[in-house]
Amino acid sequence: MNAVTDFLRQVVEGLGSGAVYASLALALVLIHRFTGIVNLAQGELAMLSTYVAWQLVASGMPFWLALPVTLVVSFAGGMLVERIVIRPVQGAPELTVVIVTVGLFIFVNAMAGLIWSFTVKDFPQPFPDGGIEMAGVRVDWSTLGIIGVVAVVMGLLYLLFQHTSVGLVMRAVACNPSSARLSGIRVGRVLMLGWGLAATVGALSGVLVAPVLFLEPNMMGGVLIYAFAAATLGGFDSPVGAVVGGLFVGVAETLTGAYVDVIGADLKVGVPLVIILAVLLVRPQGLFGRAAVERA
Amino acid sequence: MSTITAALGSDRARRLRAALTGLLAAAAAVGAPFYFAPFQVFQLTMVLLYAVALAGLNLLVGFGGQISLGHGAFFAAGAYTAAVMLDRYDTGHLATLPVAAAGCFVLGLGFGVPALRLRGLYLALVTLSFAVFLPPLLKRLQSVTGGSMGLTVDKLEPPAWSGLAEDQWMYFAVLAVTAVVLLLARNLLRSRVGRALLAVRDNESAAEVMGVRLSLHKTLAFAWSAMFAGVAGCLYTWVIGFVSPDSFSFVLSITLLAGLVVGGLASLYGPLLGAAFVMYVPSVSQDVSEAAPGVVFGLLIIAVMFAAPTGLAGLPGRVRGALARRATRAATLDRTPGAPSAPGANPKSLAEPGPAAVLTPAEPAAVDADPVGAPPRTEKE
Repeated sequence: MNAVTDFLRQVVEGLGSGAVYASLALALVLIHRFTGIVNLAQGELAMLSTYVAWQLVASGMPFWLALPVTLVVSFAGGMLVERIVIRPVQGAPELTVVIVTVGLFIFVNAMAGLIWSFTVKDFPQPFPDGGIEMAGVRVDWSTLGIIGVVAVVMGLLYLLFQHTSVGLVMRAVACNPSSARLSGIRVGRVLMLGWGLAATVGALSGVLVAPVLFLEPNMMGGVLIYAFAAATLGGFDSPVGAVVGGLFVGVAETLTGAYVDVIGADLKVGVPLVIILAVLLVRPQGLFGRAAVERA
Repeated sequence: MSTITAALGSDRARRLRAALTGLLAAAAAVGAPFYFAPFQVFQLTMVLLYAVALAGLNLLVGFGGQISLGHGAFFAAGAYTAAVMLDRYDTGHLATLPVAAAGCFVLGLGFGVPALRLRGLYLALVTLSFAVFLPPLLKRLQSVTGGSMGLTVDKLEPPAWSGLAEDQWMYFAVLAVTAVVLLLARNLLRSRVGRALLAVRDNESAAEVMGVRLSLHKTLAFAWSAMFAGVAGCLYTWVIGFVSPDSFSFVLSITLLAGLVVGGLASLYGPLLGAAFVMYVPSVSQDVSEAAPGVVFGLLIIAVMFAAPTGLAGLPGRVRGALARRATRAATLDRTPGAPSAPGANPKSLAEPGPAAVLTPAEPAAVDADPVGAPPRTEKE
């Protein structure tokens, strides 16, 4: 029995970190759907947002006020990045775009180091200590909180995309930019909106994971790899897939770290590598993605 | 007729100029260690060594059109191969070079096979996660790699007969290997393999229709590229005499790509410029702040992709081309509108790219062409 509860505890813990991966993966998928780009700098943008939150909290703002302010700042930041950095290379060969996002990655990482230094900072834990017992399994409030916040955001995104006119316009652009443009939609603005939303969702992952990982400029490097694995597993054009993939990767990571002795805590980062390779070799479009049919 | 002889003359002049430049460069390269202080010689040695790695990456990214964010891992594999051989088996330095090269070639082949199915971003993801995974793996394999403490091995010692100091001897050893490797890269690109690679980069389907075997050439590109990185890693062990997992974090991979892009993708001497960049920008800007190299690197990569996709190496050619275009435009405006044949004939010979042709007079177009495509003009809404 003890082994079972222990196993369940690991699963719940995995779901907690999986929720964080899911939210960064969702940011990646949003941008990929709108612009066909995989933004390698997504994690660094999230890290930057987390620093903004830290700065606000450090200057005396209560966390639950700092969070929405941070999200708004991130939204604006994401729109700016799209307009200034990405728009000029929109439509350029994939290699060009990937390299530009690598440049953005290096730049944002270094800027954070320049402004806030590379020393590790404590990030306040927004959720109370302790937890509750559910069916004999102890669940921390922080884990529940993370899952809850991510679930709420997913729900809001769903409502936005499926039940508002803005969402309809955004889906139109993601589906077929040229047709959308011909029907009078300002595609450029919608793309900015998409990047803003992605930055917001990414920021959430940074803020949620910061109390666990501690805040420093290289914090999101590992998370980004897991998010890539999640997005690959779910399919790069499926938001639902990103969430499912994120949760799966989180649980897989925690369980392998806990039960496979050869892997242990230090080699856990090999799990996403294996997942990415396996998915790409077996089902390249991911679980929920559509296979790309290409015309030469 | 007169234009033909003029063209021949300019071709001969260019060859002569190329030969002269080459001789001067060789003389400078050989003379440098006797002129500079030991530390500066060491820095030059590192530039050469990075140039080898970048030349390898250039084969893959610049000429192959595939992207790798994990070349630091192959660099590390080469460095560790050399270090372990020196540490455990005491093989002598020279023996480590072919083993590191062959080992990384095979490793690259292994990675090339999934790379076939992974295009663009997916290859970037896989190589990136490989680069992230390698340092903890090296730490884990403690019995062989020395764990996080790393391995300390003998540096390359100058033999007594040479009468050279340690830094000078290392410089010459690395210079010799670099020269051979760069020559190899150049010849590889001008061979059947290289042309096939360029064809695959520019249009896969067209290349396949022309009879180029995609899978073979893509895999081989990855293998060659990994081999070059491994050779560079081996040289690194010779020169530094110490390897540890933390020297090969994924930052190294990203730095290599950054250096290559800034130096010039798909240019034969872009890797040298890029290597100088990788070596000197951090050491100069580190005085300002720990983060300054990253800021400079990041901004430059983006700026290069926006404004000059051919990097530093392509800059003179682009400037000359722009000037020539302006000159012909001015000339065309001067002419009477009754002579339509003139403007078409002129600009080509004027816009001939100069500096990139030093190494490859035969195919300036292939080498100096925009490697990854110039960013298109911003669409107006």
